[in-house]
Amino acid sequence: MNASTSLPLKGAPVKAPGLNRARLLRSALPGGSLTVLLITIFIMQPRAMSYMGMNLMLNLAVPIALATIAQMLIITVNDLDLSMGSFISFVACVAATLLNQHPLLGCLVLLGCIAVYALLGALIHLRNLPSIVVTLGMSFIWMGGAVLLLPAPGGSAPQWLQSLVRIKTPFLPFAIIVCVVLAIAVHVFLMRSTLGVVLRGAGGNPLAIAKAGWSLLRIKVTMYALAGTFGVFSGLFLVGLTTSADASIALRYTLLSIAGVILGGGEFVGGRVSPTGAVLGALTLVLAGSLLSFMRVSPDWQIGAQGAILILVLALRTSVNRLEARPT
Amino acid sequence: MKPVPFLTVVMGKPWLWSFLAALLIWIATVAFNGGQGAGSLLSGALSFSAFFVIVGIGQMFVITTGPGNIDLSIPANIALSGAIGMKLMDSQAGLIWLGVLGVMGAGVLIGCANYALIRLLRIPPIIATLSASFLLQSMAIAYGRSVRIQPPDIFYQFCTGHILGVPYLAISVVLLAVVMGYVLTRSVYGRWTIAIGQNARAAELAGGRVNLIRFATYVLSALFASVCGLLLAGFSGGASLSMGEEYLLASIAVVVIGGSSVAGGFSNVPGIWGAALFLYLLVSMLNTFGTSAGVRLILTGLIIIAVITAVSGRKSARPA
Repeated sequence: MNASTSLPLKGAPVKAPGLNRARLLRSALPGGSLTVLLITIFIMQPRAMSYMGMNLMLNLAVPIALATIAQMLIITVNDLDLSMGSFISFVACVAATLLNQHPLLGCLVLLGCIAVYALLGALIHLRNLPSIVVTLGMSFIWMGGAVLLLPAPGGSAPQWLQSLVRIKTPFLPFAIIVCVVLAIAVHVFLMRSTLGVVLRGAGGNPLAIAKAGWSLLRIKVTMYALAGTFGVFSGLFLVGLTTSADASIALRYTLLSIAGVILGGGEFVGGRVSPTGAVLGALTLVLAGSLLSFMRVSPDWQIGAQGAILILVLALRTSVNRLEARPT
Repeated sequence: MKPVPFLTVVMGKPWLWSFLAALLIWIATVAFNGGQGAGSLLSGALSFSAFFVIVGIGQMFVITTGPGNIDLSIPANIALSGAIGMKLMDSQAGLIWLGVLGVMGAGVLIGCANYALIRLLRIPPIIATLSASFLLQSMAIAYGRSVRIQPPDIFYQFCTGHILGVPYLAISVVLLAVVMGYVLTRSVYGRWTIAIGQNARAAELAGGRVNLIRFATYVLSALFASVCGLLLAGFSGGASLSMGEEYLLASIAVVVIGGSSVAGGFSNVPGIWGAALFLYLLVSMLNTFGTSAGVRLILTGLIIIAVITAVSGRKSARPA
């Protein structure tokens, strides 16, 4: 998307206004769906439109947004991480036990997690393995580690972590600030920097990137390590909010993070992703849950509603794409 | 590198490995127990593996149709189908036919829904089946909320009974596997499925009705998952919501360990049985060794990764 706007079409007049409109519509879709959702919530429950209300609604969105960014980095290089949820659970368990009792050891373990992710990237690239199967296997390993650390729910998050995620910022709730900073930072890095272009290129046209002299191995390792880092952040933030952990605390994050990336306009292949979209997508999924509880819909249907929203947004995107494909 | 003739035979039949591994683990477990319970271990393995095999076959057909094709709705499907089956049967032997029909109908509908999403919304199968599974999961929660309904006695006995130590279920699933193996390698449908997996464009140009075949494949997978859900509910004396959870990984793992290519186009049915036995025996071996749940999970994960790494090395050695 970005590449096509920055490349000036040589002398050719803008030939299809429909094309630009479609592109605009498509990039407005994640923000649009979030806005519609927010407005509905505010109409149904005006009290949600306050500092406290927003904070309550969006607090748990931050770890999901971080997980979504991590997943997005993996999707950028045409892979998929099915172990994200269990990895974040493991990180939460480490934070609630080791990091609290032996801070140094805890930090080392968390750094080790990132190293494992980097190794995974190398393994998947070198042996040309299907990431789905490898990460599915990894999900067992993380789960096992989490169960070993915390056989029963419990532990407690370090005090500094708890106070860090509960910072009261003026005007805007901390959760919103974190989300905005996260979106902008990753956007600048991935969409605007030279390195970001190369990283995305590895998903779009690996051969071209390799021919241009970049090491695909190093790119994959970088992306996986970054994803691991964001996963660690997500787990830390989560356990700071919940103060205690259990081995299955974040299992649903795997599916939520994939859904968030797709909602935000990311595509599975070709390195087409959108960091801002991913954060918006994660927020949409979280707010959909709040909306349903305001509407007094039974929690049974929460997951179903997330699925329905996913389908709805994808249907909208398909129709936008059709608009683009239509010759004008 | 010139492999000896024996090795060439083994290399040509990747599914042999899974049986070999299963056998080794069985021997190790029996040896650890001093020869005790060898038969009952095998009997249990056959029962539990049967469920893996049913969903595994469905998943294998989906995976065969090429990269990116995968059915993630299997766990939710199993939970929902189990609930539907138990409700329709209502613990009465006279209503078993209704339960079976209802569940199969549900399976076909779920498969149609999955493919409709893939085709109409033009979204990758992973996302399509993922969003479908969100919906199914909610339905299973809402529908299966009521009290646990026991399966009818006869049905329960079919699911748990065995003759000469071989479970009825295992016999039926072996027959099913034979039929599906025939369908995959000999029938027109199976041949096209493999052709699409190897090169969808070429298959289309050769006159294959790619969309129809893929449609049939997703319906098949959903149907098998539904049947598995019904049998599982019968086996465990009632449906439960979490009963399908482990089947997402299991269904993919048995396909991969069984020697089918994850990239599609090269599949085999016998390997699924070997892999299912291997997975079950592995867990029970770790159980007898007295390892904790955490260690068991870690070892299972490590073995899956080791197998996929080893398998891919072999694949690249082949001209295919």
